[in-house]
Amino acid sequence: MLKKLSLATVLVAGLAAPAFAAGGDGYTKDYAFSFEGVFGTYDQNQLQRGLKVYTEVCSGCHGLKFVPMRTLADEGGPALPEDQMKAYVAQFPINDEGANMHLYDAELDELRALKPTDHFPAVNSLGAPDLSLMAKARAGFHGPYGLGINQLTKGIGGAEYVASLLTGYTGEEKEEAGVTLYENKAFPGGWISMAPPLYGEDVEFDDGHSNSLEDEAKDLAAFLMWTAEPKMDARKATGFVAVFFLTVLSVLLYLTNKRIWAPIKRKV
Amino acid sequence: MAGIPHDHYEPSGKGEKWLHSRLPIVGLLYDTLMLPTPKNLNWMWIWGIVLTFTLVLQIVTGIALVMHYTPDADLAFASVEHIMRNVNGGWALRYVHMNGASLFFIAVYAHIFRGLYYGSYKAPREITWIIGMLIYLLMMGTAFMGYVLPWGQMSFWGATVITGLFGAIPGIGEAIQTWLLGGPAVDNATLTRFFSLHYLMPFLILGLVIVHIWAFHTTGNNNPTGVEVRRASKEEAEKDTVPFWPYFVIKDLVALAIIMIGFFAIVGFMPNYLGHPDNYIEANPLVTPAHIVPEWYFLPFYAILRAFTDEVWIVQLAGFVTGGIIDAKFFGVLAMFGAIAVMALAPWLDTSSVRSGRYRPMFKWWFAILIVDFFVLMWVGAMPAEEPFNTISLIASAYWFAYFLVILPLLGVIEKPLPQPATIEEDFDAHYPVKEKADGSAAAPAE
Repeated sequence: MLKKLSLATVLVAGLAAPAFAAGGDGYTKDYAFSFEGVFGTYDQNQLQRGLKVYTEVCSGCHGLKFVPMRTLADEGGPALPEDQMKAYVAQFPINDEGANMHLYDAELDELRALKPTDHFPAVNSLGAPDLSLMAKARAGFHGPYGLGINQLTKGIGGAEYVASLLTGYTGEEKEEAGVTLYENKAFPGGWISMAPPLYGEDVEFDDGHSNSLEDEAKDLAAFLMWTAEPKMDARKATGFVAVFFLTVLSVLLYLTNKRIWAPIKRKV
Repeated sequence: MAGIPHDHYEPSGKGEKWLHSRLPIVGLLYDTLMLPTPKNLNWMWIWGIVLTFTLVLQIVTGIALVMHYTPDADLAFASVEHIMRNVNGGWALRYVHMNGASLFFIAVYAHIFRGLYYGSYKAPREITWIIGMLIYLLMMGTAFMGYVLPWGQMSFWGATVITGLFGAIPGIGEAIQTWLLGGPAVDNATLTRFFSLHYLMPFLILGLVIVHIWAFHTTGNNNPTGVEVRRASKEEAEKDTVPFWPYFVIKDLVALAIIMIGFFAIVGFMPNYLGHPDNYIEANPLVTPAHIVPEWYFLPFYAILRAFTDEVWIVQLAGFVTGGIIDAKFFGVLAMFGAIAVMALAPWLDTSSVRSGRYRPMFKWWFAILIVDFFVLMWVGAMPAEEPFNTISLIASAYWFAYFLVILPLLGVIEKPLPQPATIEEDFDAHYPVKEKADGSAAAPAE
């Protein structure tokens, strides 16, 4: 019990630090992602690869409790075909109460299989944080001088932080209050309680895509960016429409204004 | 003096007369829209419309968000994610509302500093100014409570820190804090009352906005020269003014459309830039974030709050004089609210007989420093409470108070103002010369 408590304390202390403190602490590499910039969109194949990494590695400890599983079939996401999405949902074991409370239906008072309208299970092994919003809950870039101006060019850097963290292990370990901590260049404070989850070649991709550590980390980071911001493609498209029509409106109003004021300003 | 003389609404026809004798609403609208407005207003006079528009935008998106949001400590965070993922266009509503708060404050700061530079706060517009300050205070309360509603980490800890300020009041502070929170700490009771008040306060703002507009429609607008509209006769007033419709309505709409381009670019392409990543972590009373940082629009006053530590002599003096009743924490709270109070008192602190900063050679520089000071405070407000930021925030806070309490009163005495134009018409004609010299009536406005 005591051990569990101290572990929880360490985890909790570790979780609290990242977001803003990361300033000079952790090193976030500026990875290139397809969704960066005004024109960036998600790479559907990358999201599907990231889903595979999540399913086969991360999901053992981390949940995605805010993400409805049906959205795996959504446009602007992994866009799995309907039958594949349903097959993915069906693979979750029905009889695993310990790891997965969502399978218990309080209304029916019985265990039941997951449905596409359900969310991903809220796994919470050993206090591992939920990953639904992780890519928005961390900022990779802050500077200069805490002004946040470089976020304008590099982005906020949540996905970059996730990828940097997964590739940032140095291999050093230490024991503290009975907990093993692992040195990590990206993690603020330098020591994280999560053991290295990826080593490279952890998953096999059907299309033979590279499964090096860095590629897996980037694919997963992209997938987590999607779980955090599933409507990004639609949002940017809407942004363009809004900016375009408002620009047209501005020009028309400007000309109207000029015309109206011309006699007052003696310009006719 | 009941306003600038101008034509009033005359009901024509039976129907109009029937309505007008019972409810003169068309006349009210006519007089509001046809208000004689100084024709030399520059582009800093557009923020009022931007603010009015933003208030409506926030109320409309807010009402739609309430249809899907759940004010419950266990469900609030998930309900926001429900809006972001499942509600049709929910992400747009939420991002517009979230960034709408930033737009609101960008506009209100531009509006306030416009008033400070052109002396819009001076007689006879003190009431307009004071009501504006009340609106600004209500805006801050509304924005603060709204930020608590998503129930993220920054929501929770921001609420803890800010309500803690009231706890610093000697004697009754703790009771007030408990009353505000609905319990000993931020919890479900806090969330539900903040939700209720966040819904109520925009309508109080709306009421005050109407009074604000009523007040300056009575005195007439200030203008970049600070020279009053001539109002001995309608003919004279018409040389200085044009009707609000269509001249300024269209001009304001140009500005609004351009600002909306920037606004929707932010909503579309970088909606989280002005937010804090920690607020995407669900509130957890057991985990304190490393740095609790308020939203950007509170940073200048947050910096003033933190500037006065135990080590500052004036804090020590205050503590000594009051026998320890005023400690550093309470002093900081007084300073923060005092920073807004001195701004509200500007009409009585400014002794200069000249209204507009345009004709005040020394004032211009002190005002420019005040603007820089404001941004410096905003920056140090986001920095950790350590050196050199402590010293910087102390100097910047001291300047804020010095500007209002020392510089404004003194400048009026020692400054030698530049000559002002005799009339608004003269200023306008200097920019847009009259073509036919013999016949000056060429430019008379049509209405």
